[in-house]
Amino acid sequence: MADNQVIMKGNEAMAEAAIRSGCRLFSGYPITPQTEILEYMAWRMPEVGGTIVQTEDELCGIYMLFGASAAGARTLSTSAGPGYSLFQEGISYLVGSDLPAVLVDVTRIGNALGDISQSQGDYELVTKGNGHGDTMVPVFTPNSVQEIVDDTVMAYDMSEKYKHPVILLYDAAIGQMMEGVTLPDMHEHDINKYDWSVKGIKKGEHGRKITNVSYFCEDMYVGYEKYLRDKYAQITENEQRWESIGVEDAEVVTIAYGISSRVCKEAVLHAREQGIKLGLIRPKMVVPFPVKAFDEIGPNCKGLMVVEMSIKGQMVNDVALASRCKYPIYGYLTSYEVPESDKVIEIAKDILAGNAKEVF
Amino acid sequence: MADKIFTAPEMLRMSDPTGFCPGCGHGTAGRLQFEVLDEMGLLEDSITVYDVACDSLYMWAIDTDCVGVAHGRAIAAACGVKRTRPNNPVCAYVGDGATYSIGIQHTIWAAARNENITVIVINNGVFGMTGGQMAPTTLLGQKTITTPAGRSREMNGQPLDVVKLFTGMDIAYLARGSLDSVASINKTKKYIRKAFEKQMNGEGLSFVEILSPCPTNWGLSPQDSLKRIREVVEDVYPLGEFIERGVK
Amino acid sequence: MVQIDYAHDRCKGCHYCIDVCPKKVISLSGELNDKGYETVKFDTSGCIACGSCYTVCPDYAITVIKKEG
Repeated sequence: MADNQVIMKGNEAMAEAAIRSGCRLFSGYPITPQTEILEYMAWRMPEVGGTIVQTEDELCGIYMLFGASAAGARTLSTSAGPGYSLFQEGISYLVGSDLPAVLVDVTRIGNALGDISQSQGDYELVTKGNGHGDTMVPVFTPNSVQEIVDDTVMAYDMSEKYKHPVILLYDAAIGQMMEGVTLPDMHEHDINKYDWSVKGIKKGEHGRKITNVSYFCEDMYVGYEKYLRDKYAQITENEQRWESIGVEDAEVVTIAYGISSRVCKEAVLHAREQGIKLGLIRPKMVVPFPVKAFDEIGPNCKGLMVVEMSIKGQMVNDVALASRCKYPIYGYLTSYEVPESDKVIEIAKDILAGNAKEVF
Repeated sequence: MADKIFTAPEMLRMSDPTGFCPGCGHGTAGRLQFEVLDEMGLLEDSITVYDVACDSLYMWAIDTDCVGVAHGRAIAAACGVKRTRPNNPVCAYVGDGATYSIGIQHTIWAAARNENITVIVINNGVFGMTGGQMAPTTLLGQKTITTPAGRSREMNGQPLDVVKLFTGMDIAYLARGSLDSVASINKTKKYIRKAFEKQMNGEGLSFVEILSPCPTNWGLSPQDSLKRIREVVEDVYPLGEFIERGVK
Repeated sequence: MVQIDYAHDRCKGCHYCIDVCPKKVISLSGELNDKGYETVKFDTSGCIACGSCYTVCPDYAITVIKKEG
């Protein structure tokens, strides 16, 4: 449908995709580089009769979302780095209470305040950090505006399928860039769709308790252990999502997500023009990490190269585990600077010449 | 003439005994909430949000829809429930520790936004569930586990009074009741009734604080606890209705 | 005629009811319930069904019924 084809900024496309997925409550706080989502919602949400609250902080953002989700609504709260840190407690509560929700971290650079420019330094925060306890939360890592939209639609369905929060993690570059995009059609979500949501009881019905699911499991934590382990196993099995290019015959396989993966894609094409067999594994989700992608790597592989805008190389450990340390792991690690495709090829040459230093 | 009956809502009487300590005011305060909802024909429609503290024990004493969140976050979550289900009576039933310290930003902003929910705060001057530590409402000079020499203004700051905090706030209703006597309990029930009526009229935030005994953590008998509320606590936290929209 | 339904097993022995009874018809029973709390007993002959004991009971242990006619 032509009306659905527009040019949009990543963050605004995210907001529109959420609206079209039936999201009717947004609660959040401004922080660059994700504020466009809040700004977009401020005028767009009233048009569809939904609720937008610029909250006093990210804590209120995530707990207002918690209440709305408990009441059956599709919800959204978004933040960036420092603000996302404040989500952590609420994420653990969403997980512990089996509540669906969609959250976004648009990564900015640096520890502490850092700065507003691009980086990929929130990888561990978002993939490993989700509050206290045994949490594991699915994380999409879109690398284009179109993929932000597609992942948002999938995230809402996935979060209800598993009764679990789902996160979109993308770097500032992806959130801020404008691209052509095809938007989905409007989907209305019925807040009474699920029996589990609080809505008031009918005479004779028992009250619903949205709280720690463990309280209702057989033998409490004994039953909960099995319940949650099975849920995580299902997510891990069902949600292996990645894109790979030239992996089967590659001598060096790059692994990258977000903006870095776009650079690597270019590098693979250019390298192959020069006769260097470069490949790419691009996780479309980093939780669960697409371990199955690494089975495709062929016998020519001399090493893996993690291309990541992170000083310490946060995805390196996941790559080491997913590849079962079968190959040496090298890195092209930056922080503020977006990696360059020429440099990717240069490092690949160094690896093949035996001049590169392993990072794991 | 019909029989005259004093009895708690069936849901409360039929549930297992509450997890509250002997003489704890929670049992009475929550009963008032559910009595009022029952009398208004709203008990089944009601959704109550608890946080992590003694208040959460009600989750297992009342068979209505309930939501439980982290310490201090019940008001924020209640706003989310209400904004999704504006026709249901939504109540955040919470303690003073959460409402006036870790979650105070949500308390103030629920008032600033005049969120259309009812908040019932139990003011017993201590963190009950964790064993009687100082709360924002602990009185100056009051001994608790974390103020062994008595609360001092210099070391611990001054007690927080919600009536002063909400001065000038354009909310629907603010009242403070007590559980120290039959008369006080009856008055408190009237406040709670008004609070829910205002919510159902869409007037905005209705907020009722209740002075409540915590014999276990006060180290007093239930009887002496009520006496302390009458003779000491009510001097610092006066009772009455303080804000009522449209009423001077 | 006044009927008091007293759920011994719910009682936690705070004895607020004894203090507030204007007719002093509630007293210690001298017995413990299963949880070990000392329960109370009612002398309904002097009861005026004012409901005070119900009002202060934090444990929903007391129901007061005044039968008319």
